[in-house]
Amino acid sequence: MGLALLPAAGGALPFWLRLPEGVSSYSGKIDGIFRLILWITGVIFVIVEFLLLFFLFRYRHREGRRARYTHGNNRLEVIWTIIPAFICVVLALLSRRSWAEIKQQIPHDAMQVEIQAEQFAWNIRYPGPDGKFGTPDDIVTLNQLHFPVGRPVVATLRSKDVIHSFFLPEFRVKQDAVPGMSTRIWFDAMRVGHWEIACAELCGLGHYRMKGFVTVETPEEFEKWLAEQAAQNAPAAASAGQAAPAGQQVPADQEGKQGS
Amino acid sequence: MSTTMPGEFAAPQPEIAAAPEHVPGVHPAPTSFWRKYIFSLDHKVIGKQYMFYALLMLVVGGLLAILVRWQLAWPGKPIAFMGKLFPEGMPNGQMLPEFYNSLFTMHATIMIFFAIMPILIGAFGNFVVPIQIGARDMAFPTLNMLSFWTAVPAAVIIIWSFFVTGGAAQSGWTSYAPLAVVQPRGQTLWLLSLLILGLSSLLTAVNFITTIINMRAPGMSFFRLPLTVWALFITAILLLLALPVLSGALIMMLFDRVLGTTFFLPAGLVVSGQPWKNAGGGQALLWQHLFWFFGHPEVYIMILPAMGITSEILPVFSRKPIFGYRAMAYSIMGIAGLGFIVWGHHMFQSGMNPMLGTTFMISTMVIAVPSAIKTFNWLGTLWGGNIRFTTPMLNAISFVAMFVIGGLSGIFMASTPVDIFIHDTYFIVGHIHYVLFGGSLFGAFAGLYFWYPKMFGRQMSETWGRIHWALTFVTFNLVFFPMHFLGMRGMQRRIYDYTQYAHLKGLQPMNQFMTISLFVLGAAQLILVVNFFLSMRRGKIAGPNPWRSNTLEWQTSSPPPHENFTGRVPNVYRGPYEYSVPERADDYWPQNEPPPGLPGPGAHA
Repeated sequence: MGLALLPAAGGALPFWLRLPEGVSSYSGKIDGIFRLILWITGVIFVIVEFLLLFFLFRYRHREGRRARYTHGNNRLEVIWTIIPAFICVVLALLSRRSWAEIKQQIPHDAMQVEIQAEQFAWNIRYPGPDGKFGTPDDIVTLNQLHFPVGRPVVATLRSKDVIHSFFLPEFRVKQDAVPGMSTRIWFDAMRVGHWEIACAELCGLGHYRMKGFVTVETPEEFEKWLAEQAAQNAPAAASAGQAAPAGQQVPADQEGKQGS
Repeated sequence: MSTTMPGEFAAPQPEIAAAPEHVPGVHPAPTSFWRKYIFSLDHKVIGKQYMFYALLMLVVGGLLAILVRWQLAWPGKPIAFMGKLFPEGMPNGQMLPEFYNSLFTMHATIMIFFAIMPILIGAFGNFVVPIQIGARDMAFPTLNMLSFWTAVPAAVIIIWSFFVTGGAAQSGWTSYAPLAVVQPRGQTLWLLSLLILGLSSLLTAVNFITTIINMRAPGMSFFRLPLTVWALFITAILLLLALPVLSGALIMMLFDRVLGTTFFLPAGLVVSGQPWKNAGGGQALLWQHLFWFFGHPEVYIMILPAMGITSEILPVFSRKPIFGYRAMAYSIMGIAGLGFIVWGHHMFQSGMNPMLGTTFMISTMVIAVPSAIKTFNWLGTLWGGNIRFTTPMLNAISFVAMFVIGGLSGIFMASTPVDIFIHDTYFIVGHIHYVLFGGSLFGAFAGLYFWYPKMFGRQMSETWGRIHWALTFVTFNLVFFPMHFLGMRGMQRRIYDYTQYAHLKGLQPMNQFMTISLFVLGAAQLILVVNFFLSMRRGKIAGPNPWRSNTLEWQTSSPPPHENFTGRVPNVYRGPYEYSVPERADDYWPQNEPPPGLPGPGAHA
């Protein structure tokens, strides 16, 4: 709906005036509200700044001019209270629906993955063939998130140490990983490709390099990759008695149940 | 001291007008150097002390910003001489990531707590409020002196923290737990410094509230108060209600750091591969709730006084009454009230229940309304005016123009889904600088140029004032507007080296442009410094009322005498913005000038 307001201004604008490509199925909704707000605030901005400049020019000091003696106008006060209030409430209602869809309505048939953040890495855990987390066949990778195109992923975010924020700019995904909490989010991808995971919450001196990689691939490629990871993982898990080289297993019962 | 009950008077009742003669100078003026300039009880001296304090810290905060932006423009490029000043943080002049984190943490901390708040509340509030309400001083002069001298050690500690092992605090001005709990020693000094400063602000708040309620001159009803006083009155109430929550949180974090409590430390915390020594039972998000319960009113604590100053200056130089005086006063109250129920909008992506996010989104959207009312009333004030573009006016107009941008950009992050993308990016940094620099700091500049003649008895150079304004206005926009674009591309805030990310590498030329603009912006401030000090000696003698203004501070000499008014405190007959009243020859009408036919106390002076 917001998209309809803005003509598809693809290559016409320099890259820094455009939002990054939207990859997830809900990125368009977020961008739509962004553009709608941009239009509304843009129009208000132009009107207000134009009036400001116009008044400054029109009513600049001139010899013999006397200012209009008025203390205001109650009707105007009512008008310019009601109109912004109406706009803001409408924006809130529009936002509410997409917000619920993105953060509250977690799909049921999704692929499950656990992401544990630590200073300064992302430990990504797949449940393995048994479909359960915390078992020896779990597949753990460091900073590498792969998932198949077109299928929603539900990620459970946790943190070992301080607060991090899991940020996938092109997917319009951001969610803090808070120690003591586990937070579930979902996302998907509409096309295959490679992108970056960024940490968006200051987490210490290595915050800037807490970078990961997202690879979205066809279901077949994904299964192949998963099998390769399982093969690499197995000997390490057997010898060290734990699943991951960098990721540390935190039993689920040690963690708080706050959050959603 | 005469006081009146709140309420409206057409004219003061005769018995009030004929109140017994006040003895001028109930307390004799101090004569010793120490009592006159250092440990002064005079609100005007304390106001000036706060002003020098704030301007000094503004310079420190600005220099830190230049270092931050240097790193963003040319990541890792050494600045040789800085290596000597900070051998630990910048070995051979090359900035380390932890030092970069200290820089932006301290930039924000110093600007917010040690520059913006002291200049708006400490300097202008102290200097202007008592005179504008027709009082001889603050209600508690000794407490006022204590406020200032409590703020000094806080500044000493925060600067000193740069030189302790591990450097200054480095977990952002928001100091989110658990990061801030597990940081080096500088963080403890940060907590102590803000605790002490909070005490100072609390004393100031109590003093302002008492003064404004009890010390108004006869006839100065609440709805005849200048809007600066209204703004500072509400600001003081916000301080009184919000600061204790911050202080509580600071104490809890201090205990977590030094006494082994676990208010903010959940079970199972593993830091650098080691289980953290005392963890369990705490909640990381508790800090955020407490911090932002203070932190959001804090934003209004920093903008309301600037709004008050702007509302004061626009009528004077439009020669026109403020448009919608009562709407202005009520909207200040509206902002203050709503300011306490929007803190959760800083936590939309924190893991707080998303349902709660919706609630906070609605209250946040609603708080845009009183700000819109104020903006439209400022426009209404200019409409039909007789506008003079003096330096204070240019800065006040810039406040309006820039605050509009800061206000409108706030709507983006108020929308929860949009906030998913722009939260913790440079979009937020752009927004906050349009509010705090475009808003608060332009308001402070406006107040500085406006009240300088009252403070020092001389005018600042108008020519250099305008050059300073023009350069600041242009370069401010060149530095801060592109931040919105950086945010739209997904560049995180508080990031030492964004060129690590392939998707952000292309933003380097824009960052370089912003940094170069900042060099010009910083250099332009030297004009203000020189103008400020030279005008004290060389400026044109101002006279009592150089701007032909109505409010009471202009109806006494410049600078005002000890205890502000020679003879009795003034009687107030009308509101503060009676400009261009049709039947009068003059286009202004001082608040204390008796109406025609009423013999006034002016004759006695």
